Amino acid sequence: MRLADTPPNPWFSWDYVQRNHADITEALGQHVSLTLQAVAIALVLALPLAALAHTRPRLAAPVVGTAGVLYTIPSLALFALLAPYTGIGRTTVLIGLVAYALLVLIRNILVGLQGVDPAVTDAARGMGYGRTRMLVQVEFPQALPSIVAGVRVATVTTVALVTVGVVVGFGGLGQLMFRGFRSNYHAEIMTATILCLVLALIADVAIVLLARWMMPWSRSARVLSDVSA
Amino acid sequence: MDILSEAFAWLNDPLNWTGRNGVIALTAAHLQVTVLAVVLAAVVALPAGVWLGHARRGGTFGVVIANTTRALPTLALLTLFASAGLFGNTATVLACAIFAIPPLLTNTVTGLGDVDRDIVDAARGLGMSGRRRLVEVELPLAVPLIAAGVRTAVVQVLATVPLAALVGGTSLGTIVVTGFGTQRYGQVLAGGILVAALCLVAEGLLAIVQRLLTPRGLRESSRARRGWRRQRSPGVPVAATASSSSNGPAST
Repeated sequence: MRLADTPPNPWFSWDYVQRNHADITEALGQHVSLTLQAVAIALVLALPLAALAHTRPRLAAPVVGTAGVLYTIPSLALFALLAPYTGIGRTTVLIGLVAYALLVLIRNILVGLQGVDPAVTDAARGMGYGRTRMLVQVEFPQALPSIVAGVRVATVTTVALVTVGVVVGFGGLGQLMFRGFRSNYHAEIMTATILCLVLALIADVAIVLLARWMMPWSRSARVLSDVSA
Repeated sequence: MDILSEAFAWLNDPLNWTGRNGVIALTAAHLQVTVLAVVLAAVVALPAGVWLGHARRGGTFGVVIANTTRALPTLALLTLFASAGLFGNTATVLACAIFAIPPLLTNTVTGLGDVDRDIVDAARGLGMSGRRRLVEVELPLAVPLIAAGVRTAVVQVLATVPLAALVGGTSLGTIVVTGFGTQRYGQVLAGGILVAALCLVAEGLLAIVQRLLTPRGLRESSRARRGWRRQRSPGVPVAATASSSSNGPAST
């Protein structure tokens, strides 16, 4: 009788995963595609902005300042400010996510560009490199470790932030969390939470591996920087 | 433009400001939850950070904590706590406190760990005990970074509290969430403006407080020192350690 009164509501349930396979896959897909799109767009915007701030130091303060103000606005408020104009849906979430990833990326790219050894840029200038060529061929490759660190932070933050999109109906796994909360279904919340953490971890590891493949020189560079520090 | 005028109409209605669910009461609740959460986090994080930083340990520990909490969605923690039986603002305070710990902890550890070893050695040479070194030498020098950590934590919690409206907490976020629920987008916009304004004002005020708290000697030399730092080890800018801890040397 007692069992009938309070049906079991476990936090972990494989049964739930099997029964709702399609639902979970859909939410996960939405989560992944939103994250990838947001980080990609933010990176495409951040690279020229950071380069601009680097080559024109006078513009650095306004660029970083604007990104900082955007970053300070809470996600819920940003969605609230955007939703009346961009509508309820995917676009609103995407704009919000891009705005947040932008500050992390711009700041890290800028730090990386400013951290290039002056001796290296001097050598490049002595070899006759122009400003653009130096930026593309010397400074950006040198700044890659810092850029990669920025992309890692931005990606992991974005994975967590997608869930807030639930207020406009596009929250990926957040959708499951909220539904689980509404219907007091513990397993649904826990499954979505764990999937979020796993997704962040996988994304982080993938970026590290990609970076290692892109920067075969990074290992020796690390030794060099250790010596000089 | 219609929605914008609706939002201003909402903001101009005195009935929306007074009463149990008025803007003033909600702002008070918002600030109350924030203060509780930050105090709770500080009680845990500051002593732990001082201990780890004084022993010059725990750098990687802090980075691991910061990275894990960054990956954990706020909404996940809120829904977990709320459906585990903690209703209303108890769940909010707990969840926000957990998210406020990393900036406090890492900044305290970094602040104490970054104190020049020569200075600590000199203090030891003067015959100072470990505790006296900590209180009279290391802590004053670490104040700017610890203050930056408190500022980051407060602004972050202020920004997180509105989310709790989704799980039944009361804060300025309630206006936004109710607005979405009833499809009154003027109200949504008004709530968004209020929340954003609160966070920006708090950020500005705390920046001033942080400046006032910094010992005058450090304040004046900081500009020169920062320039020197940028030339020598540019991977560790002073400002970046304050809010994004994983940019530090440990992860790159």
